[in-house]
Amino acid sequence: MKPAAFAYHDPTSLAEASALLARHENARLLAGGQSLIPMMNFRYVTPDHLIDLNTVAGLSGIHASGETLRLGAMTRQREVEFSAEIGRACPILIEALAQVGHRQTRNRGTIGGSLCHLDPAAELANIAALHDATLEAESARGRRRLGFAEFAHGYMTHALAQDEILTAIALEPWPRGHGYAFLELARRHGDFAIVAVGALLALDARGNIARAALAISGLGALPVRATKAQDLLRGAKPTRESFLAAAAEAGKLDAMSDAYVSAAYRQHLARTLTQRALERAAQRAAEQPRA
Amino acid sequence: MSGHPATGQWFGAGVRRVEDPALLAGKGCFVDDIHLPGTLHAAFVRSPHAHARVKGIDAAAARALEGVHAVISAADLPDTARTKRLPLFVPNPAMTQPLMPHVLAREEVSFVGEAVALVVAESRAIAEDAAALVAVDYEPLPAVNDCLAAIAPASPAAHINSSSNIAARFPIAYGDAEKAFAAAPHVFREHFYLHRGGAFFMETRGAIAQYEPQKDAVTLYVSSQGPHTHKRGLLELFDFGEEQIRVITPDVGGGFGPKSGFYPEYPALVAAAMKLRRPVKWIEDRRENFVASNQERDQHWDLELAVAKDGKILGLRGRMVHEAGAYMSHGVVTPWISACTAPGPYVIPAYKLDVVVAFTNKITVTPVRGAGRPQGVFVMERLLDRVARALKLDPAELRRRNLIGPEQMPYAVGLIFRDGKPVTYDSGDYPACQAKALAAIDYAGFAARQDKARAEGRYLGIGISNSVEGTGLGPHEGATIRIASNGKITLFTGATPQGQGHKTTYAQIAADQLGVDIRDITVVTGDTSVIAYGVGTVASRSAVNAGSATHLAAIEVAKKVKRIAADMMEVAPEDLVLEGGFAKVRGVPDMKKSFREIAVRSLGMPGFALPAGTQPGLENTTYFTPERATYANNTHVAEVEVDTGTGEVRILRYVVVHDCGRVINPLLIEGQVVGGVAHGIGNALLERMVYDENAQPLSMNFGEYLLPLATDVPRIEVHHIESPSPLNPLGVKGAGEGGTITAIAAIVGAIEDALAPFGVRITEAPVTPQRIIELIEAAKS
Amino acid sequence: MSEIRRVAVTVNGKAYERSVEPRMSLGDFLRHELELTGTHLGCEHGVCGACTVLVNGLSVRACLMLAVQAQGQEITTVEGLARADGALSPLQQAFWEKHALQCGFCTPGILCTLTELLRDNPDPSEAEIRATLSGNICRCTGYQAIVDATLLAAERMRGEGGAR
Repeated sequence: MKPAAFAYHDPTSLAEASALLARHENARLLAGGQSLIPMMNFRYVTPDHLIDLNTVAGLSGIHASGETLRLGAMTRQREVEFSAEIGRACPILIEALAQVGHRQTRNRGTIGGSLCHLDPAAELANIAALHDATLEAESARGRRRLGFAEFAHGYMTHALAQDEILTAIALEPWPRGHGYAFLELARRHGDFAIVAVGALLALDARGNIARAALAISGLGALPVRATKAQDLLRGAKPTRESFLAAAAEAGKLDAMSDAYVSAAYRQHLARTLTQRALERAAQRAAEQPRA
Repeated sequence: MSGHPATGQWFGAGVRRVEDPALLAGKGCFVDDIHLPGTLHAAFVRSPHAHARVKGIDAAAARALEGVHAVISAADLPDTARTKRLPLFVPNPAMTQPLMPHVLAREEVSFVGEAVALVVAESRAIAEDAAALVAVDYEPLPAVNDCLAAIAPASPAAHINSSSNIAARFPIAYGDAEKAFAAAPHVFREHFYLHRGGAFFMETRGAIAQYEPQKDAVTLYVSSQGPHTHKRGLLELFDFGEEQIRVITPDVGGGFGPKSGFYPEYPALVAAAMKLRRPVKWIEDRRENFVASNQERDQHWDLELAVAKDGKILGLRGRMVHEAGAYMSHGVVTPWISACTAPGPYVIPAYKLDVVVAFTNKITVTPVRGAGRPQGVFVMERLLDRVARALKLDPAELRRRNLIGPEQMPYAVGLIFRDGKPVTYDSGDYPACQAKALAAIDYAGFAARQDKARAEGRYLGIGISNSVEGTGLGPHEGATIRIASNGKITLFTGATPQGQGHKTTYAQIAADQLGVDIRDITVVTGDTSVIAYGVGTVASRSAVNAGSATHLAAIEVAKKVKRIAADMMEVAPEDLVLEGGFAKVRGVPDMKKSFREIAVRSLGMPGFALPAGTQPGLENTTYFTPERATYANNTHVAEVEVDTGTGEVRILRYVVVHDCGRVINPLLIEGQVVGGVAHGIGNALLERMVYDENAQPLSMNFGEYLLPLATDVPRIEVHHIESPSPLNPLGVKGAGEGGTITAIAAIVGAIEDALAPFGVRITEAPVTPQRIIELIEAAKS
Repeated sequence: MSEIRRVAVTVNGKAYERSVEPRMSLGDFLRHELELTGTHLGCEHGVCGACTVLVNGLSVRACLMLAVQAQGQEITTVEGLARADGALSPLQQAFWEKHALQCGFCTPGILCTLTELLRDNPDPSEAEIRATLSGNICRCTGYQAIVDATLLAAERMRGEGGAR
């Protein structure tokens, strides 16, 4: 399984990378390579030009400023996984990352690469949807920012232009004291999730749910926010009944079928995992000192 | 120490392997590690259609690509290799259509992946570039994708010139089943569906063909389970004398069955090497492995079990449909074994199974670890659990009532096995084996564990499975042991390992007779030029055959060493002991001769006569030819938890009691059992080759075809019983497959037990979380 | 279209320089350009882990990295795991004693993965070992002996081990 031949470019700056991308037809950007290279080895994709972002300076790094957490697109998943700062500020990101692939893939894989690949079950895409993340992109034509909902265009397709490079993802972690849980069902440890649920809960002074966010991946091409479920939770008490009701709503979301997994099972998982994620998030919220 | 009279200090010792330091240091030599000067690299052009006519091949664009040396199709092969089909080594009169593949497909392709042409180039990458440029004109034909549909009247034909998709049909029967069923108080009827997958060795197949024009000789290096099979295949397809072909198998990264076959790629590579006069190397890539390496697949069993009021079995009957795939490369071996395994360790007074083997347009089915036995075990164990539930009997007790007792050994089942011999279980204590397993897992305490869990909303289940396995099959395996003129000892055998540790275990057997350390014996396997005949390491046969051959050959060499040394030192042979590479006079430490001196003496000297009746050299070649199979047995008990919210299964505890007769090396046997169980876990919960309705394979990578990982396999607790085999001098039985054979039934049985409150019955494998949820929902409604 | 690139890389402490096609994987580079055949290719799509090597000390699938990407990096392969005097590393030694390999094909990748683990986590639990191992497939052993070998090696490396 050797890939088709290609010209290899190793730019050292973003400007150089952007110029290469603009100049060459049938070019692909190489980030961690954990998704792209298998596809090239299978010859599912056959780029004429491969532009290596690993040699470009300034695209990785974790920056917390004010309420915003900003991750450079080329930040290795490993770096995020072991970041004490993120562990404090955005623990759900760590919980999600622990389920992304394996040690070896996280050592090379990047945050941006995973987001641009947009596998339907990708944990990082779920986190981005859950937080209404903002993505920053750059091209020779300039910079822009787009919300995740706009970025996630379709099945494994992002909304960036052919000549745009994702440079960073920014999200606002919830204030200290929030409850969180990221649960997924994968066939084996590290496999792609069949269904994944990201849940965030914030309780008010009376212990009721002030704020709730639920993102469910694996039902369709892209992660969805379970808005009806979220609405049911807002203002409700964090009880088993509330969670069952929210889960029932989540289970009504449309789901796809393929040769391996039926729509019905996906919906069943959405229900089960949503309930469990909410229980866990509520438990954690209860354990936290309020912000 | 096993206390066997013929053994010394090595037999029974859990010594570490002599092969390991090299492998650990990355100094193994697998076929792709071999670099011959001038090697070219091959890629195959494979059919993308499950069934099609081949109207023509246009290789012009491929040939024009820089770096391409040849594109070879059937038309370019030498005569016999073009016209003959690959030889069938296991014929059987039951086969009405013993179809075998061609070296390269001619007018028809019969499965996705069938090789149509071979591209040879400077590098594999270029060969793949060129393969994509070979334009084959296919006329797609309807494809047969399911073995049940295949035998239905309206089915299209899997092969163009075939009027039926039935490749073989045979009854397996004894006793009077009709009578037994007519009188039975209870009859249970069930349909079972089993799907097993492929071997998925970590090292894919691969070979290097080398032709030396000056010698008019071919050498084939191939990752195989025994090179003699491949030599025999090449002799059939090419016009060579036996001295012109040498097949060598270096280190092999797993075999599990499918590396034993003589595949079409190998003669294609030989033809290419002969044409180009340069070595041609082909390493199967993983995508090819999914479509080009044989695997096991589907079986459907429609069975009825007749039992008495106390649960004693009166008879078993039914029909089994076995999917053959596109060709009959291993005859009817797999389904025959399945059919003969179903009775298991139970007294079954009457049995009648009608076996139908059906062609489909998919890669050929040949044995994968377990070789059809897991399916036979599964159907019997599931039926027993069904009976137990219906008659409100404890499943262990029901089995106890039906197990063959040790006092009934040797026990003639009534069947004829695939070796043509009656199935007679020679030794084993099945009730003791089951009892030991149940005690080890605290079966008695399980009901309380299960109740406690249910009160917490958790679902635990326990499953028992017993199996008997015919091992040590013939026809033979040989060992040549030779002490060279420098005193070094070498053992040559055709029993070619793929991880079983032969270089250690056979050295252990020989070392006991020769009085040396195992590191003083070099074991050479995988070379047709060092021993004339060989069969190979398949079917859990090597310990019995090659082990016994080694033992007998070593005894003969030891005798000769003593005879010659006795002559040299003018003592009687009985006065000598062999120790540390010397023949020493007992009680007289200074009177000794080294193996080197004795070996030199055995060569004779030019001009001088050897003693009367003496052949030169210190060597012996013995082939062990077993009278019939020797039956190993084991019991597995699995305790699982099923998450009824997601359908996930967690194996909490797993106990095996394993009886493979006398154990040569307990460390290695444990490895075989645990590895076998892991494969069984894969077959029970994970492994599935998915095809679409046009027989197009969809599972073509390791993300979709799921092999068990370290997080999927629990600790396996292995206990041993040794019921020596009376059928070979070592008392050993085969041990390579027992772990897999019994596992699937135990795990699925445990899942069903966990879901008993829902009224779920499981009659299939593999079982996925989705399927569990579906079964629960269906049972609720 | 496919030009040749020069790659300078350090492998097991030794400097190498070769000219390669960009499409050559690091795995093929190690095996065929440098003739370090200890690293094996089992799937070429990043799942089986047989090709795992250490790049600047981190475990990486050599089939998912291009040789040209190794420019300037430090690679450790299985051939570099033994001690300087040629003796097996504690992990290799434990593998030998516990029969943690059968066919040996997946072993080099597993050794690299576990070498990183034990360096970063000197006292891993069985669950942690299995989770780390989940990126490497073994079809022969069923993993149990590998886990036992890792626990034994870790114990010895912490200075707690018993007699060899």
